[in-house]
Amino acid sequence: MSIVLDKPFAITLDVGSSLANKTGSWRTARPVYLDRLPPCNNQCPAGENIQSWLNLAEEKQYEAAWRKIMEENPFPAVMGRVCYHSCESACNRGTLDLPVGINSVERFLGDQALKHRWKVEPGKSTGKKVMVVGAGPSGLTAAYHLARLGHAVTVFEASAKPGGMMRYGIPKYRMPREKLGAEIARIREMGVDIRLDSKLDDVARTMNDGGFQACFLAVGLQRGRCVDIPGAGEGQEKIAVVDAISVLRAVELEEATALVGRVVVYGGGNTAIDVARSAIRLGAVSVTVVVLEPREHMPAHPAEVKEGIEEGLHLINLRQVRRIDGKVLTLEIMVAGDGREYLHTGQSETMEADVFVQALGQAGDFNALCNLPGIVIEDGAVEVNAELMTGSAGVFAGGDMIPAQRNVTAAIGLGKKAARNIDAFLRGEKPRLKPKADIADFSKLNTRYYSDAPRTIRPILDVVRRSSGFAEIVGNLDEESAVFEARRCMSCGNCFECDNCYGVCPDNSVIKLGPGNRFKFNYDYCKGCGICAAECPCGAIKMVPEEI
Amino acid sequence: MSLQTVKFYQTGTFTVGNRLLAEDERTIQATAARSNSLNCGHRACQGCGEALGARYAIDAAMAAANGQLIAANATGCLEVFSTPYPETSWQIPWIHSLFGNAPAVASGIAAAMRIKGRSDVRVVAQGGDGSTTDIGFGCLSGMFERNDDVLYICYDNEAYMNTGVQRSSATPPAVRTATTMPVGPEPGNVFGQGKYLPAIAMAHGIPYVATATVADLRDIEYKVRKAINIRGAKYLHIFVPCPLGWGSAAHDTINLAYLAKECGLFPVFEAEQGEVTGVSKIRRLIPVEEYMKPQRRYAHLFGKKPALETIAKIQARADHNIKKYGLLEQGAQR
Repeated sequence: MSIVLDKPFAITLDVGSSLANKTGSWRTARPVYLDRLPPCNNQCPAGENIQSWLNLAEEKQYEAAWRKIMEENPFPAVMGRVCYHSCESACNRGTLDLPVGINSVERFLGDQALKHRWKVEPGKSTGKKVMVVGAGPSGLTAAYHLARLGHAVTVFEASAKPGGMMRYGIPKYRMPREKLGAEIARIREMGVDIRLDSKLDDVARTMNDGGFQACFLAVGLQRGRCVDIPGAGEGQEKIAVVDAISVLRAVELEEATALVGRVVVYGGGNTAIDVARSAIRLGAVSVTVVVLEPREHMPAHPAEVKEGIEEGLHLINLRQVRRIDGKVLTLEIMVAGDGREYLHTGQSETMEADVFVQALGQAGDFNALCNLPGIVIEDGAVEVNAELMTGSAGVFAGGDMIPAQRNVTAAIGLGKKAARNIDAFLRGEKPRLKPKADIADFSKLNTRYYSDAPRTIRPILDVVRRSSGFAEIVGNLDEESAVFEARRCMSCGNCFECDNCYGVCPDNSVIKLGPGNRFKFNYDYCKGCGICAAECPCGAIKMVPEEI
Repeated sequence: MSLQTVKFYQTGTFTVGNRLLAEDERTIQATAARSNSLNCGHRACQGCGEALGARYAIDAAMAAANGQLIAANATGCLEVFSTPYPETSWQIPWIHSLFGNAPAVASGIAAAMRIKGRSDVRVVAQGGDGSTTDIGFGCLSGMFERNDDVLYICYDNEAYMNTGVQRSSATPPAVRTATTMPVGPEPGNVFGQGKYLPAIAMAHGIPYVATATVADLRDIEYKVRKAINIRGAKYLHIFVPCPLGWGSAAHDTINLAYLAKECGLFPVFEAEQGEVTGVSKIRRLIPVEEYMKPQRRYAHLFGKKPALETIAKIQARADHNIKKYGLLEQGAQR
C-alpha cells in the first residue's frame, strides 16, 4: 500500500525507459557489414586496390593514396599513361553514366609523387639475396617488392638502359622517358642494384657464383616474330622488310630507322599501331596498317586505333599479305567466318610500299637458361606452376616470357606475385592466398544516392601537333578535375561512411564509431527490417538469416 | 529550396552524411550527438516509417530549439508503440492526452509558456493521419485559426494502422483497407472522397505549411528548422510508409517514400502565408505502377486482368499534381 502512496496522484508504477524492451529478439535476419570486391579491383591485372586509393584521393590525401597504389604497383606514373585500364570497362559507374577515369587519377597521383619526391623505404634486411634477370616491368616490380620485404636484390639487364619494353617498346608520345626514369630511379634508391649492359649467358652459373638463394626470370620476348612471305627480298627494286620490335627499339635509340616513304605495317595489335604512329611522326609519306581481323576484333586497344586514324593512319582490315614483288604487295581479301575464323576468297588486290613492317608478335631468347635443371620451354614460353616457379627449384619466371596475358600491367602483376612467392619460398613457407570476396556488381548498389556527374575528359594534343613530333599527346588532369573524377567513384562494396545506415535505422540500432572506424550494429534492439541494407549506396551490408 | 547546391561530392547531399562535406553542412542525423528523441526499444513494427520520420523531425526540432522542446502527442501508433505505460521511448518532455485534442493541448502549453515568459521553449504537436485529418481536425483548425505558436507534424501513413488498417480521410483511392469494399466491381477505397490537409492548412493562411517524405532527410531537417524559427502556427505533413498496412517489405519503406515523390502522387513543397514558395523537383519521373506494385494494398489492381482504368485514374492524379505544383524541371518553376 505504501508503494502507491509514495507516488503522485493516479500514478502506480515507476517511470521506465523502453530500453528495457530488447526488440532484437524479434529479428529473423540480421544485417552484417562486409567488404565486397569492387569490379575494378577484380579486373586489375596488377591487383591494385583501386577503390581504396580513390577513396583517399577523394579526401585529397594524395600521398596516402599514392602509397596505397605503391603497395601493389611501383609504377603509377607509367601506369597512368600506358595501362589499357580494363578496370574502367569493369567500372559499375559505366552502367550509370560513364566509368570513373581511374587511369587519369592514377597518373595524377603518380606525377604528384614525382613532383614531391615521395619515397618508399626498403624493408628490414633479411640477409637473403635474390637475383632478377631483366629490368622490364615485371623484373623491376619484383625487385621493388623484394626490397620492400627486406631482401637484397640484384637486377641484370642486357640493354644500356633499364625499363625493358616500357622503354624499347612503347613510343615516347605515349610515355615521356623522364617519368619512366624517375620511377626506376626511385626503385634504385631503395638499394636495388640494377646492372646494365649485363647480358647473362648462363643464369645457373651467375646464381651460383653470386650466392643468390632465389632467382626471378623476366627476360621478356625481345625479338619480333616474322613470317616468310614469298618474293620478299627478291628483285632489283625491293621493299625493305623489318620487324616492329627492331623498329621501335631504333626509334628509342634515335638511330636511323627504316620508316621512310610509303610504310605498310602488318598486324593488328598495339605494337602495329605504335609503329604506325611513330612512322607518322617520323615523316613517312603514307602509313597503312594491314590487319587480318575486322576492326572490332583487332587486338589493339580501340582508343589507340582511333587516335592513330585521327593522325592519318590508313587502316585496311580483312587482308592477308600473300606476295611481295619488288615494291608491290599482293593482299588477299578475306571474309569473316564463324567467330574468329577468316576465310580465303582467292581475290586479291595490290598496293605499293617502300617499307614493310611485320608486327606479328614476339619471340624470346632463352639460351641463357639452358643450364638450369628442370626448366621447361614450350611453345616459345617458359613453363611455370601456380606459384610462378619454373621446374628449377628457387627459379621463378614472369612477364611476357611465360604463357599469360602480355601487357605492361599484367607483367607488373606477375612481378608482384613472383616477389611474394619468392619471399614465401625463402622463408620456407607456402604463399598465403586470401580468398576472394564476393564481387560488388551493379545489382548490389543503390545508385540513387550518387550525384549525377559527367566524366572529366583529359585534354588531347591537337592532331597536327601530335602527328609532327613525339610530344606526349594525352594531357594531365588538373587537381580539381582529378579530385572530381576520384569522387565519381561509387566505392562499390566498401563502406565509405556516408552515415546512411546510421541515419535510416528506425530503431537507433546502428552505432557510429567515428571517422575511419565505420559502424556497428546494436543487435539488442535491431529488429532486422533490412532498411540499412536496402539503403546502403555501395552494397556493404548483407542480411543474414538468424538461426532460430 | 531545401536542396543546397554543393560541389560534386560523390553522394552530394543525397545520403544522410558525407565525410567530404564540411561539419556545418552535415545533417543532424549524421552526428553521434543527435538527441535520439525517440530511443530504441520502442514497439513499432520492423521498418516503421513513422518511427523513423518522428526521430528525424523531433531530433531536428530539438536541435533548432536548443533542446527546449515540449511535445504533445495524439493517440495513434506513434503514441502506442513509444509509450506503453509506464515505459517510454521519448527522451524529451512529452504528453499524451486524447485522440483528438493534441493541437488543443499544444495550444495550451504554448499559452502557458507565453504567460511564463519562456519564449525559448518551442512547442510541437504530432499525430498520425487519423488524429490529424479526422478525429482532431476541429482542434487543429482552431489552432491554425488562432495562429497559436505550435508546429503541428502529421505523420501520414494513409490509414488507421494501430487499430488494424481502417480507412481514414487521408487514405488514397483504390487502396484496400479493413473498412473498404473487399470485392465488387471497384474494390478498395472510393474515388472522389477524402481530404488533402496541406491544402486545407494553407487555406488558413498560416505562416508556414510544408510536406516532406522520410526518403529526404535533409528536406525534413530544413523544413523543421525553418518552422521552429517561425512564431505562429506551422504545419508539416510527412509521408511515412507503413509496411504492415501497405503490405510492403520492411526494407522497402524509404524506397516507397522516394517512389511516391518521384511518380508525382506525393508532391513535396513548402508554402508561406498560403502561397507555394518552393517545390522539390522530380529527379527521374516514373509511372505510378512502379510505386504501387510493391504494395499489397494495391494488389487487386494488378491481377490476371489488370484494372487499367483504375490505374489510369491514379496516374491522372499524379499528372495533376505534377502540373499543379510544377514538379518537373523544365519550365515548371513558377
